Amino acid sequence: MTGNAVLAEGLTKRYGEKPALDGLDLAVRRGAVHGLLGPNGAGKTTAVRILATLLRPDGGRAAVAGRDVVREPVRVRRRIGWTGQYAAVDGILTGRQNLEMFGRLFHLGARRARDRATELLEQFGLGDAAGRQARTYSGGMRRRLDLAAGLILAPDVLFLDEPTTGLDPRSRNEVWEAVRSLAATGTTVLLTTQYLDEADRLADRITVIDRGRSIADGTPAELKRQVGGDGIHVVLRSAADLPRAAGAVARVAADGVPPTQDEAERRVGAPVTDGVAALAEVARILHDAGIGVEDIGLRRPTLDEVFLRLTGHHAAGTEAGEEEVAAV
Amino acid sequence: MSAGTVLHIPHGGGRRPEHAGPDGDGTPARRLYWALADCWTIVRRDLTHTVKQPVNIVWQLGFPVVSVLLFVYVLGSAMVVGDGVDYTTFAMPGIFAMTVSFGFMNTAMIVAIDRERGVTDRFRSLPMAPSAVVSGRGVSDMISAGLDLAALAAIALTVGWRSSGGLPATLAAFGLLLLLRFALTWIGVFLGLLVPNQEMAGGLYALAFPFAMISSVFTPPSKMPDWLGAVARWNPVSSTANAVRELFGNPAATGGSWVEAHAVLMAVVWPVVLTAVFLPLAVRRFQRLSR
Repeated sequence: MTGNAVLAEGLTKRYGEKPALDGLDLAVRRGAVHGLLGPNGAGKTTAVRILATLLRPDGGRAAVAGRDVVREPVRVRRRIGWTGQYAAVDGILTGRQNLEMFGRLFHLGARRARDRATELLEQFGLGDAAGRQARTYSGGMRRRLDLAAGLILAPDVLFLDEPTTGLDPRSRNEVWEAVRSLAATGTTVLLTTQYLDEADRLADRITVIDRGRSIADGTPAELKRQVGGDGIHVVLRSAADLPRAAGAVARVAADGVPPTQDEAERRVGAPVTDGVAALAEVARILHDAGIGVEDIGLRRPTLDEVFLRLTGHHAAGTEAGEEEVAAV
Repeated sequence: MSAGTVLHIPHGGGRRPEHAGPDGDGTPARRLYWALADCWTIVRRDLTHTVKQPVNIVWQLGFPVVSVLLFVYVLGSAMVVGDGVDYTTFAMPGIFAMTVSFGFMNTAMIVAIDRERGVTDRFRSLPMAPSAVVSGRGVSDMISAGLDLAALAAIALTVGWRSSGGLPATLAAFGLLLLLRFALTWIGVFLGLLVPNQEMAGGLYALAFPFAMISSVFTPPSKMPDWLGAVARWNPVSSTANAVRELFGNPAATGGSWVEAHAVLMAVVWPVVLTAVFLPLAVRRFQRLSR
């Protein structure tokens, strides 16, 4: 258990006939920002709700901050913060009243709940809006208030269920910034997302889940490598040089894979194993041969491509994902 | 937050606010203390809602007030419940009973909204006493029902209604009204957790309306068709309405059936039975949110 803030083994959960989790394994290292990536209906929310003690699993075990989520839910609750898919703040109360109420319910006592509310409002840039009803806040402000409510006890582990769904780009950036600052202080963050760029930008590690199971786990870079690693691409000034350029690229291509050629775009490309060395060599050959190059570079596969390779469907194809789950 | 504001989050180490209680569930006395303290925190929240949305009280009283106008001034002269019975003094206790009977709609609505907006889940993710979410609702409902009845009593006095039962009996009558409201709170919590969303909770009016109306609130059941009269006579709302009429010293116009002859007894028995059935159901429903 040492080193893992969250450890889940073989979690199962079904709703009626439909399995939401089908033997999910998950390990989140202490202090990490861990992304749970998957399409709608993959089981992300179910997993987080079980870990946050809101749902009981049908089978399997899970420990959060070293405590069993089923046997010691109250002890888990004292060590976690949870922020659901909807900003669960009271719109009638002011921002300050919300945080004071949650602080009292964390059993801080009236005075410390008040002090903690003041601290958090300042930290989340809500000091000026503290006396306003939360329903007058922008989406980003509500989310930040919601995040602050999850942080009243400075939790060991913070669960964020799709923290930026439905936010405009600016509010999204605000939330990302808040999550990064938190992670910098040593809080373990487990966040679910269906946005690949979000997982890519925020998470140290990613677990890809599909149909209630973990299908891949690693750093964003590892996941991308797993799908075939880097590719080299060259765009030429003249399409006439395509055969010669293809010959140069073929010399560095991984496993002798024949380079792809695109006449219209005057482009040659191939997967490579040692990206930087390949790039240098191809550049040298083309330069020596006097071939005009418009662009040359390495391209890493996006997480979307990773997802497609791993699951056979696009992450963005949420409805297709749902149907497939239903059809299982 | 302006663009570029840097968030300074304190480290989880030094300034971490520690939990006030022990890390276990504590002694029974401490558990009771926190159950009451958490309940009070929830009640404070609900009271803040009432203070910040005074218009809600107006809405809640809207129907009873319209009923007073309708039955006292518009239909009152045509309503004959018995020889020499003043319809205003007959109807007013009924309107009191009707008001508390509609109360569970409000409970169900608030419970459904909190659940839909994730507030209930947030409470469940906290190390608070889980009972407080339900008990706090009960206390808040009692307070708001007390306010409703006080406002309605003031209106009743201005239209000429009087209690001739003396102070103890009058207070007992209001106690019975609150007792019915208390019992209906648990039906409200149960239904609020049962319906999928707040729109459906609004649809519960289809249930609340006949429940309150097929009773002795506005008409004696003896004037209804036999089968409907039997339903109305045994309706808990009728027992409370008849009991408070008795205690207020207002005309009752009962038909002499057993349930009507023992109205005060039944006005206690019904709420006790309803509470015994629906409080456990509501708590179970709350616990089953983790299923």
